[in-house]
Amino acid sequence: MRYHAVGSFDEAVRISASATGVTRFLAGGTDVLVQLRAGIVQPDDIIDIKHVPGVKDITRRADGGWDIGAAVSGVELGAHAALCRDWPGVVEGMRLVGSTQVQGRATLTGNLCNGSPAADSVPGLMAAGATVSVTGPEGARVMAVADIPKSPGKTNLKPGEVITRVHLPPRGANGGDSYLRFIPRTEMDIAVVGCAVNLRIDGDTITEATVALGAVAPTVMLVPAAGAALVGSTLDDAALDALVIAARAACRPISDKRGTAEFRIEVAGVLARRAASIAYARAKGETA
Amino acid sequence: MPKDELKAGFRLVGTRPNRPDGLDKVTGRARYGADIVAANMLHAAVVRSPYAHARIKKIDASRALALEGVKAVVTRADFPTGLTGEDWNLQENTIAGDTALYDGHAVAAVAATSALVAQDAARLIEVEYEVLPHVTDVDAAMAPDAPVIRAGNADHSVPEGMHPNVVRYIDFGHGDIEAGFAAADLVREGTYKTEATHQGYIEPHACLGQLGADGRGEMWVCTQGHWYIRRMCAAVLGIEAANLRVTPSEIGGGFGGKTTIFMEPLALALSRKAGGRPVKLVMSRAEVLRATGPTASASMDVKIGMKKDGTITAGQVNFRMQGGAFFGMSPIAEALPCAFACYDIPNLMHEGYEVLANRPKAAAYRAPGSPMAAFAVESLLDEMCRELSLDPLQVRLKNAAKEGTKSSYGPTYNRIGLVETLEATMAHPNLSAPLGPNQGRGVAAGFWFNHGGETSVSLQIGEDGTVGVSVGTPDIGGSRASIALMVAETLGIEYEAVRVNVVETGSLGVNEPTHGSRATFASGKAAVEAAESAIKQMCARAAAEWGIDPEAVEWVDGAARPAGENAGKFPPLTIGEIGAKMGGTGGPISGHHESVPGGVGASFGVHVVDVEVDPETGKSTVLRYLVVQDAGRAIHPAYVEGQYQGGAAQGIGWALNEEYIYGADGRLQNPMFLDYRIPVASDLPMIDTVIVEVPNPGHPYGVRGVGETGIAPPLAAVANAVAAASGARLRTLPLSPPKVLAAIKAGQ
Amino acid sequence: MSRIHITTTVNGEAAEFLTDPRETLLDVLRNQLGLTGSKEGCGTGDCGACSVLLDGVLVSSCLVLGVEVQGKTVETIEGMATDGALHPLQRHFIEHAALQCGFCTPGILVAAKALLAQNDNPTETEIRYWLAGNLCRCTGYDKIVRAVQDAAAEMRGAA
Repeated sequence: MRYHAVGSFDEAVRISASATGVTRFLAGGTDVLVQLRAGIVQPDDIIDIKHVPGVKDITRRADGGWDIGAAVSGVELGAHAALCRDWPGVVEGMRLVGSTQVQGRATLTGNLCNGSPAADSVPGLMAAGATVSVTGPEGARVMAVADIPKSPGKTNLKPGEVITRVHLPPRGANGGDSYLRFIPRTEMDIAVVGCAVNLRIDGDTITEATVALGAVAPTVMLVPAAGAALVGSTLDDAALDALVIAARAACRPISDKRGTAEFRIEVAGVLARRAASIAYARAKGETA
Repeated sequence: MPKDELKAGFRLVGTRPNRPDGLDKVTGRARYGADIVAANMLHAAVVRSPYAHARIKKIDASRALALEGVKAVVTRADFPTGLTGEDWNLQENTIAGDTALYDGHAVAAVAATSALVAQDAARLIEVEYEVLPHVTDVDAAMAPDAPVIRAGNADHSVPEGMHPNVVRYIDFGHGDIEAGFAAADLVREGTYKTEATHQGYIEPHACLGQLGADGRGEMWVCTQGHWYIRRMCAAVLGIEAANLRVTPSEIGGGFGGKTTIFMEPLALALSRKAGGRPVKLVMSRAEVLRATGPTASASMDVKIGMKKDGTITAGQVNFRMQGGAFFGMSPIAEALPCAFACYDIPNLMHEGYEVLANRPKAAAYRAPGSPMAAFAVESLLDEMCRELSLDPLQVRLKNAAKEGTKSSYGPTYNRIGLVETLEATMAHPNLSAPLGPNQGRGVAAGFWFNHGGETSVSLQIGEDGTVGVSVGTPDIGGSRASIALMVAETLGIEYEAVRVNVVETGSLGVNEPTHGSRATFASGKAAVEAAESAIKQMCARAAAEWGIDPEAVEWVDGAARPAGENAGKFPPLTIGEIGAKMGGTGGPISGHHESVPGGVGASFGVHVVDVEVDPETGKSTVLRYLVVQDAGRAIHPAYVEGQYQGGAAQGIGWALNEEYIYGADGRLQNPMFLDYRIPVASDLPMIDTVIVEVPNPGHPYGVRGVGETGIAPPLAAVANAVAAASGARLRTLPLSPPKVLAAIKAGQ
Repeated sequence: MSRIHITTTVNGEAAEFLTDPRETLLDVLRNQLGLTGSKEGCGTGDCGACSVLLDGVLVSSCLVLGVEVQGKTVETIEGMATDGALHPLQRHFIEHAALQCGFCTPGILVAAKALLAQNDNPTETEIRYWLAGNLCRCTGYDKIVRAVQDAAAEMRGAA
């Protein structure tokens, strides 16, 4: 295995484009090293992007949105007070990944590129309408986070493409988001179900709502019908019931060592209701 | 802790000094299995079967051997043939013969100049398999159509007509079981299942082995018992035990799982083949979970008869346990006696079957068999108490075994402390803590025999009056401290003046491992005997100096004093003074003691747990936990509490989340700590403890042994609490959220 | 496989080593630098026994490549006691019997030190969640949590 500590994304792409064997980009490494260790992946070239200028930066754009560098760790994300105020759901999703030790290294980008349907940070990004900048042999492009996952362990990134930055839209007024996951223990597990809700209100009435579910389908996914169930409501019981039904209806889970399909469908509804209530309270400014 | 001192009436026993190995262990200096290195060392890796059951048709190591840095490859062909019984089991499990018997079964091993090269080489060893039908579930393995794992393995106990996978049958009881049920007002029965769990020690198995062509070798290894390692390795390799010197490293947890061998002979065989270079072999976590010794999985029928006042009139159990693909590995012979050991029941019947399955060779896990048995019996008792509106602790007290009770498994109990333990439980404030919605309280009792076992200890008086103690039981949780306390108490010297060393196999007679809750009991008792022997010699030296009869010398406060009519005639001779001149008074003074100590005292525990169950997700949260257990006497109370807390935590994990999950292909699906879910810090509350002390008359300081009983009650206690909190009575562990939620929904 | 020369600072001292790029920081610490206090319990970031500070950030050294520490600072359990004096956490762990086998202890001490560096008065819940990635199979965590609480109290008093 050859190790490359690159100074620019162009260099990273050049190396990856000319590589003949298996290539992996290295940011936090908390997935790649586990795969390396288990012999699941044996890269010929590993390209460390942590020395690229700007990859550790979190910056607020002029429009009020946020750009997050590809190597920003969970700890760094959680330490950014203004970002946490704007997008608490996005941050709490990332902060649930792994242990305190893993948080010191793991990144949003890595969690997204790992392609897991259970990735904790991805539902929040999708619900927020986040996008990513991608650089590859054929040039740069911007993709919606929702378009990245393809199937378990696979993404729609082309060979040699690397995510350089995550973009969050401006929070705007009267918005709130949240992420909840179900795990059997209190920490250290992979999500059995995850649910993010992002919404905006006008007075007591929800005007926009986006719901994303994790671990209940081959990819993390947006559930438009679940969001639609909330819009126009004041998060009354009828709207919550409709949300629960819509969330459950969207589930296409498997039964595996982490939970049965029936359980995942049931809990998807429970989490959607709970996450919506938290996001609503945040939108109203009642809770942080 | 002054209170402990007062209660015990001793100078040191019952206090809480710093452990002697504490400094090494908080600074990273302590050397565990994988920390040992030797000059010119090679590193090994193991090739393991990816199939649950497969015939090994061909092993081709040529590509591996061609890799630069590879020094040796071994397969079963490198081991002697003709072994029988447990020796054959050990060899067959160390490295497969014709057939791989479980997912993870070792097939070949390679030694190379670095760990990375060894791993690369292992991937280059080509094994051709013919996949065979497999079975992993205990009940399925008994069914008529189950694949036969090994014909002709059953012993004479098995009734005719049973499947060849059924290899042992045990039955015993007393009284008239049918009359007992006829005398009951309520008879209930249930079937309970527990999955296999792993001890989950954080330190993977590791060893460094060296073996020459002359059959002489050395091994450094993390183990609970290095004489066992020596005997087993010698048998598997066909060498002589005395030619293998085995030194134990510090040990990073064992809980029974490090009382046997799994891969140690591979390191020695590779060393022998590589010209005697030392070979280091360290397991990965996945190897630990796939290929060491988890506990058995169990399927258990229980039937109990009870009068309206709570008197138990009869108890009957029929247990089936699989302990892997090898005879004699399930704890069926321990589980059955534990089932009703807490109670005085006139009519009892026990039956049990051991079954082979395509799973790894089970090893001991903390009170082997007792947690499963307690889960079944204590769950059913709880249901019956609820049905009869009886207090579950009062019912246990009413039926509690006591001194003179004929135990469920035959012997009559000596002085035991279950009644005192139940009374202490009832008096604890946790029993009156208020419970909120979706919260419930569960109680259960548990038992362990405790154990004596082969023990050899020596004790040396130093020239400055300090004392070395050589023991053969590795210190897995503070036994150096407890043994030093007892020796210092006996000799009348300071705790700090005693150094307890865990020594290698060449230094003492044979010792059984640190197992059976025996280290403080057996090594402690032997160390006290050795100290008494040294005292006798020191009194004799003093008597010679004074020119009086040795019988006229007494040992008080670390010094020989003239006694009786000679009292006060000579100034006392301290241990330091005697030690300083022993070279001129007859030579070195040491005491030693070898025995299989009798006087083992059984111990009982009662646990009370409060659980909250989320009715929408089935998730259980442990709110409060209480362990009350009879220690006999707590030599070092902090480490006694630690044993209680650790046993409870393991039991909580077993109850809620831990399990071996096999796929339809017979492969273990969760060989990582990610999905083999042991409790993390945030899963648990503080674990309250009460140490009951009903001294064991069979030990000089009253010790019973405290390591194991604590894991027996939690499975049932948690299940009883979940039932109380949610209405969901689950008879299959673990109580994972999908299972609990389904049960809640089924009950609505 | 060509090996890479790395210079770094470990426990305040300059260190250098040659490493195969596949080796983890944990491998390097244990096998090249002889610092075996950091333990491997899982190799997958699930147990915390290999915890170290990398440029002051708590990480699992099994999830860091050895080549990644070029020019960085690494702090391990071996550097926790200074000039022969135990860190209060180390002392309280001994006094509280907060270790049984001791294998997880170095990782827990390093992790707890990182916690107290940023929160000098953590609640029981904060301690438990911070240490959730440090598995201990012996103690049930009770005495560990109490030892951290007492060490924190002592350090606040001394500050």
